[in-house]
Amino acid sequence: MKTKVIVGMGSCGIAAGANKTYDVLENIKTGDNLDVDLSKTSCVGKCYAEPLVEIIDENGYYLYGGVDEKKIKKVIESHIVNKIPINEYLVKFDKSQDMMESNEEGQVKIALRNCGYMDPESIEEAEERHAYKAILKIKEEKIKDKSVIQSVLDSGIRGRGGGGFPTGLKWQFANNSKSDDKFIICNADEGDPGAFMDRSLLEGDPHAILEGMLIGAYAIGANQGVIYCRAEYPLAIKRLNIAIGQAREKGFLGKNASGIEGFDFDIYVKEGAGAFVCGEETALIASVEGERGMPRKRPPFPAVSGLWKKPTNINNVETLANIPYILLNGPESYNKYGTEKSKGTKVFALTGKIKKGGLVEVPMGMTLKEIIFDLGGGIQDDKSFKAVQLGGPSGGCIPASLIDTPVDYDSVNSTGAIMGSGGMVVMDESTCMVDLAKFFLNFTQQESCGKCTFCRMGTKRMLEILTRITDGKGEQGDIEKLEELSVQIKDNSLCGLGQTAPNPVLTTLKYFRHEYEAHINDKKCPAKVCNALLTYEIVADACTGCTLCARKCPVDAISGSKKEVHFIDQDLCIKCGACDDACNFDSILVY
Amino acid sequence: MRVSRLDTAEMPDKTAEIDLSLLVDVIEKYRGKKGNLIPVLQSAQDIYGYLPEQAFRMISKELGLKLSDMYGVATFYAQFRLNPVGKNIIKVCHGTACHVQNAKALTVALEDNLGIKDGETTEDNMFTLESVACLGCCSLAPVMMIGEETYGNLDGKAAARVIKQMRKNR
Repeated sequence: MKTKVIVGMGSCGIAAGANKTYDVLENIKTGDNLDVDLSKTSCVGKCYAEPLVEIIDENGYYLYGGVDEKKIKKVIESHIVNKIPINEYLVKFDKSQDMMESNEEGQVKIALRNCGYMDPESIEEAEERHAYKAILKIKEEKIKDKSVIQSVLDSGIRGRGGGGFPTGLKWQFANNSKSDDKFIICNADEGDPGAFMDRSLLEGDPHAILEGMLIGAYAIGANQGVIYCRAEYPLAIKRLNIAIGQAREKGFLGKNASGIEGFDFDIYVKEGAGAFVCGEETALIASVEGERGMPRKRPPFPAVSGLWKKPTNINNVETLANIPYILLNGPESYNKYGTEKSKGTKVFALTGKIKKGGLVEVPMGMTLKEIIFDLGGGIQDDKSFKAVQLGGPSGGCIPASLIDTPVDYDSVNSTGAIMGSGGMVVMDESTCMVDLAKFFLNFTQQESCGKCTFCRMGTKRMLEILTRITDGKGEQGDIEKLEELSVQIKDNSLCGLGQTAPNPVLTTLKYFRHEYEAHINDKKCPAKVCNALLTYEIVADACTGCTLCARKCPVDAISGSKKEVHFIDQDLCIKCGACDDACNFDSILVY
Repeated sequence: MRVSRLDTAEMPDKTAEIDLSLLVDVIEKYRGKKGNLIPVLQSAQDIYGYLPEQAFRMISKELGLKLSDMYGVATFYAQFRLNPVGKNIIKVCHGTACHVQNAKALTVALEDNLGIKDGETTEDNMFTLESVACLGCCSLAPVMMIGEETYGNLDGKAAARVIKQMRKNR
């Protein structure tokens, strides 16, 4: 067989230098007449080992990690020319050439079924992997819109954008609205800091999203589709537009779409302009209409009056990616995974202080421990696990003591966090929880559209208190004030942004109250993050008198002459940490 | 809150030379289309790198959009700028993953190195420094993006090195 070489070209791969790796391969291939099939794919999920190169030959399947320009030359020379694999670069090897199909360590790939297994810019490769088979099945078996909706209801799938509303019900509402024009919108404005599963799906399998929208449009009777995608995701937008062009050419989109008589449906991509609040349905609609993305009161719900006052259905990227699979394989193929109230699988973006960060797709109900330690390989540098943040700015921190929590909608909600879109940021002892809460409040405060007073002013006041605490000026009663404001903001905000904005503060207060108290009462930051609360001292035994710290100190608080032990004047020290950064001998003690 | 952008947003220098003929095609493309306000501003920004006041006025006149609506939208969304930017925009990611991996150190190192604050442009117009919410490359945190190029797994020193190299190569 001809040796296959596949380079992972998701945005993570490209960021790690996959373009250069690909160029090297292409140059050598044409220059030396290297007889291999060279192709591209998207993110396989093992982002921690990017750039990734797969080599499939008669001996099996080899996945090489960290393959930069230098390493790829070695790999070509050793593996492809001399047939000797380089074991030290291998992330994975299997004798079976189909190993890349198999699910590892308990993962079940439904939404991610094609990501990293095909060239996302080739509709032929997508079709080989069953793209558009579900919509063609609907056409051939003349399945009615109501039975499509019934299948989605039976599958038990709930919206993967964060709200967790049953998708089938949503479709039913839109189907019930009578109108000549109806819209289906794909919400690809993933704005959660720390989440990137939608991006990977859009980049890795754009046809699955288009097919999901086709099926949704058929089910609710929509004639126009809009993909509202973040402008920060240029590669996703490019690949979506390529996919839409290909689907039109093949007749999947357009008049009598996919060959279904009377089903006229087309899709266009609308670039977002950068506003987190546009994740909220009504704000997103306002933005598509060209206005400021401010949410409005519901009812009327979008299913009744949405884009241009026509019935509109909005689904998240991951939800749509699951739909073709459900329709093609039947609802039971999906709902056999998961727990009683949370069916199917969920994609998580595993990041932070974790060894093997990346994308994983697991059945609902798997525990946090299994995801973080079995799939993620545990904590970086084998430090101790402190907490995991779920659900972004609307979510919360789950402490180490609750690591056996199964990940499904209800169990996660009971901890005070939320499933959200699936961002999972792992933290070790070097993360300060008060600082983290401040980080999220800063984000929601900036992103508040300003319509509701409680959200606009309340988050500002909360941020002021948190800033004061991390600056060492916390006062007695601050914690109570934060709690009171939290309740008020939650109760009195119009949309999800305000209603969930206090969650990071509430969960950190619930599980890490002692850290707040240490900041306020003892003026200490246990995680050694909040600079103003730290003390810097020079350890006499370790100091070599190199004068580097004294030269870097912006306030001349460090005294001492060459080759003599230096000393920090605590009254002058502004605790900026410049000395610690400058010291090459670890002689600055921070406590 | 998003309105705070209003406080700091200054209208740019009115005397700056702007080639308005570049806008003609954009205006024709969006003439009479519903919901054209955001895409037309995005296209204008693609041309000039920011939204000059003259462009505002021309679009308003040609497409019948209200200046107040245009200003409202331009100040609401993070993407739009009312001031010229440097040749290279350095976007330092401050998403959650980058935050816990000390993205702050990148911004501080770059501020030191470039002699500007976050959001400002260097005097030689070479660089604009900007903090952004999330670039979606969380597994390579901390990350910064210059033009189309993304740099991952950085620390302050490595970030400063990239700038030094770019200065050398110019």
